Amino acid sequence: MAITGFITDLLASIGRTVLGLCSTAGHLAIFTAQAVSHCLRPPFFLGEIARQFLKIGYFSLPVVGMTAVFTGAVLALQIYVGSARFNAESAVASIVAIGIVRELGPVLGGLMVAGRVSAAIAAEIGTMRVTEQIDALTTLSTNPFKYLVTPRLIAATVAMPILVAVADAIGIMGGFLVGVGRLGFNEGAYLNNTVDFLEFDDVFSGLVKAAVFGFIIALMGCYQGYNSGRGAQGVGRATTNAVVGASVLILAANYVLTELFFSA
Amino acid sequence: MSETPKIELKGVAKAFGSNAVLRGVDLSVAKGESMVIIGGSGTGKSVTLKCILGLIRPDAGEIHVDGARVDRSSGRSRDAMLDKFGMLFQGGALFDSLTVWQNVAFRLLHGKRKLPNDEARAIAIEKLKRVGLKEKTADLFPAELSGGMQKRVGLARAIAAAPEIIFFDEPTTGLDPIMADVINDLIRELVTEIGATAMTITHDMSSVRKIADNVAMIHEGVVQWCGPIGEMENSGNAYVDQFIHGRADGPIEAVR
Repeated sequence: MAITGFITDLLASIGRTVLGLCSTAGHLAIFTAQAVSHCLRPPFFLGEIARQFLKIGYFSLPVVGMTAVFTGAVLALQIYVGSARFNAESAVASIVAIGIVRELGPVLGGLMVAGRVSAAIAAEIGTMRVTEQIDALTTLSTNPFKYLVTPRLIAATVAMPILVAVADAIGIMGGFLVGVGRLGFNEGAYLNNTVDFLEFDDVFSGLVKAAVFGFIIALMGCYQGYNSGRGAQGVGRATTNAVVGASVLILAANYVLTELFFSA
Repeated sequence: MSETPKIELKGVAKAFGSNAVLRGVDLSVAKGESMVIIGGSGTGKSVTLKCILGLIRPDAGEIHVDGARVDRSSGRSRDAMLDKFGMLFQGGALFDSLTVWQNVAFRLLHGKRKLPNDEARAIAIEKLKRVGLKEKTADLFPAELSGGMQKRVGLARAIAAAPEIIFFDEPTTGLDPIMADVINDLIRELVTEIGATAMTITHDMSSVRKIADNVAMIHEGVVQWCGPIGEMENSGNAYVDQFIHGRADGPIEAVR
């Protein structure tokens, strides 16, 4: 009897979890559809979009730049050690460039921005929910979706490719500094290798990924903040969920996008 | 023929899970009247206001504003309905990221009228002065203000677009008695000045006596008594008697 009870409890627990996940996925899908529909219909709060662009894009530059420069430097060192085993040291520059532009720039940049921006958005909107500021927006005849969600989604989707383009350049520069300064490559040869082997698709795919990651970052921050529970605990949980959700979705979307771009 | 009530609630019910907060609220507020809803904490006063504003959708019943049913309205008809309202929230609900004048002028800047910044700022400063705040307050952020000043800014925001109906949610909560009296006086003056219909929820009896024309007492999800302020002391209703005299003994259980 005890075993039967244990199995029933276990199945019930699994069922509850699955139902909870389905419910969350459904709510998120509806929220996304609403958000996208508002992004396509006026009025647009241009001042608010510009303010969010500055907050999400400009103020994320230091953290994304630092991540990129060290990633490029480490990549150059690691690839040099690995490629030396089969006398392919000359490939360091091109592999660093391709690795940064295709994968590490958008993914690591996305994860860093998720930690910084998703959390900030969830905390800000969550606090607005708790302190009735979202209700106040409604009573002032302003749709909270239009004023809070749309500007953040548009700003993050536009800002991320620009951020990642800058991160790509900084990351390649990190590899260049290590390659020339530490590993003894010729400056001209390193730059030639970087430029010659880099193709348009490498850069384009990275920037498309960045735009998708930007959308995910803002979406998760807005969704969790908008549906935040009451009190400090509710806002704290929303912030954590936003960062975890955005990070997992970025990694999953990265796989899907890579399949789409490079499976052929 | 009697005039159409400005706000009318018929059998409004709302439950959150198994907790039935409103069980059939009937209430009528005439144009230009100042109605105060009293009742203990958790009795559904705020839920009633939020149902009227459409922030919460009632499970049953009807809500009419100027004779038009609003509890199922959406889109433009809801926006048009909300244009008639101004609201002072309990905690102020001022937007942290905006300066005081931008808070006050929010509807003027972003609503139907979309006034230029200079014009909206001038109106905001005029409203701030009307609620007793100096011009220099205009460029401060809400976090730089005291609780009393935040209430005044909230009040200025509520009246900025000269609404037809103003809601006050616990306007004196958290204020010292002198500041509470100042806010009560301001509410009374402003409502009379604008000619607006006012609906206030509070459990501060000095507020009730100062700003009410009529009083409604909500308990157990229904209006237990409704009548003119002058009749409140001798209402003959046990709930009202216990509440306004703040007695622990009576039909209202002290521990809910």
